[in-house]
Amino acid sequence: MALAVDRSSSAANNAPPARPSWLRGEEAAGLALISPTALYALFLLGIPILTVFAYSFWTQNYLEIDRSFTFENYRIALTEPIYRDLLLRSLAISLVVSVVTVVVSYPVAWFISFHGGRHKNLLLFLITVPCWTSYLLRVMSWKMILGYQGVLNTGLMSLGVINEPIASLLYNSNAVAITLVHSWAAFAILPIYVSLEKIDRSLVEAARDLGDGSVRSFLRIVLPLSMPGVISAMLIVMIPTVGDYVTPRLVGGKDGVMIATAIQAQFGKAANWPLGAALSVTTMAIVSVMAGACALLLKLAARRIR
Amino acid sequence: MTVLKLSRWRVLPVYMTLYLGFLYLPILLLPVFSFNNAAATRFPLAGFTTKWYASLWGNREMLDAAFNSLVVGICVSVLSTGLAICAARAVTRYRFRGRRAANGLIMAPLFLPEIIVAVSLLMIVLQVGAELSLVTVILGQVVFCLPYSMAVLTAGFDGFDRSLEEASLDLGETAFGTFRRVTLPVVAPAILSSLLVSFTISLDEFLLAFFLSGTEPTLPVYIWGQLRFAAKLPGVLALGSIMLALSICLLVAAELLRRRTARQLSTGAAAHV
Repeated sequence: MALAVDRSSSAANNAPPARPSWLRGEEAAGLALISPTALYALFLLGIPILTVFAYSFWTQNYLEIDRSFTFENYRIALTEPIYRDLLLRSLAISLVVSVVTVVVSYPVAWFISFHGGRHKNLLLFLITVPCWTSYLLRVMSWKMILGYQGVLNTGLMSLGVINEPIASLLYNSNAVAITLVHSWAAFAILPIYVSLEKIDRSLVEAARDLGDGSVRSFLRIVLPLSMPGVISAMLIVMIPTVGDYVTPRLVGGKDGVMIATAIQAQFGKAANWPLGAALSVTTMAIVSVMAGACALLLKLAARRIR
Repeated sequence: MTVLKLSRWRVLPVYMTLYLGFLYLPILLLPVFSFNNAAATRFPLAGFTTKWYASLWGNREMLDAAFNSLVVGICVSVLSTGLAICAARAVTRYRFRGRRAANGLIMAPLFLPEIIVAVSLLMIVLQVGAELSLVTVILGQVVFCLPYSMAVLTAGFDGFDRSLEEASLDLGETAFGTFRRVTLPVVAPAILSSLLVSFTISLDEFLLAFFLSGTEPTLPVYIWGQLRFAAKLPGVLALGSIMLALSICLLVAAELLRRRTARQLSTGAAAHV
């Protein structure tokens, strides 16, 4: 442990071996301490992502990689109907999922923050537990719930609400959206909760004293001040859901396929790494632009309300 | 006004309950159907049985996968916590150039679609010419677990009172001795909590293991293979229920430790005021 603290005042007989001058001081100590982790992330995350980026500009003939620079893969990714439609569908689903997740989660975060009392931690814990349990099996459960012979259909039939099973519950983009909302709920609640906790309660009281009702003080004080949390919740849900692989495969059917399936196919069966890389980079790029746009819009909206 | 009062005190708790129901319903179905005496997952239930659990015992393939998951989980949690201890300590303790950039790089997997992390790691591994094995799964999952370990540990280290360390150093303790005898006891619960959290994540992580495991499946990869066969579903549900129980135990332990750290830090701070 390189704890480079100035030890001039400590007992001389216990002094550590002298360090070279560049290792002394706060700056060096911090760098030395973080570098194993940062280098790990660089070699196993930074460089791999850069490699994907490089590959996306190359082409492949059978097993030979042609390293001349080209935009051909991007042209295919953006204009071939199959990839273009998959990209658009992935973006649409993830946009819907993130908006719905934030909207249904906000009241929960608000309730815990403003009325949780001494049970705040317990409630937060209860909400996070499902999100830490097996993702694969949670998706599977939704398949069991929404299936033709599934829990919902057989349950409703035995209650006499419907006479025959509803076929349209599973294997479409709705099923994908429901499952994703369920998976990401806690990840939306936490950032919203944190930003609500930071709000100075006396501001809300002041608004009340000055004549604002509950709704007005919520819209003018609480909502705008919690916007950073709403924005990070949107991003935290939107970014990973675009590239989700398991949910579309299990509950999506033909109409719920998303881009991850195509990316996986290019690295597996189709064995076209450059195209797979271009699809990956395009996904990352579009989701960043969309995330940026959402963040900006929400910020502007918050200013308007005030 | 009465409507608003009503909405605040009645509607929200009801909504909260419904929301928790929505979160827990799919999860509770796993144990329910794992004890059901029929292969089909439908109501009404067919009767109570433990045969699906019993069938797991003789299942060589599943036991191998479980062993793989255990090995991977232990390696990942130790590596990820070890690396996160260094980084979290550096971030909470020192100001230095490149601090934000390094922190950003370490936390980046939170903001990347997992498929892209998986694909890029697969490319690098094959490019370097390495065999896909449990080692590659471990290396990949550490990248994925680091942000969570960091989050737990930075929270645990943040409230630490530096003057305690300075006092220890002034009294002649070495830097390492100070870490072991002063710092470590205070942050130990956070470290344990990080170990448990990263073990839980590793145990349930599918996509990286799916891409990087080669011929040695972990439990989620094994489960994925079984999901194609409807007849195998009850066995998967039994296995899933066991994993669920294990995950919840680990999370409760992690949460209790986290609270203990928080309490320790707050009483420590109070003692100094």
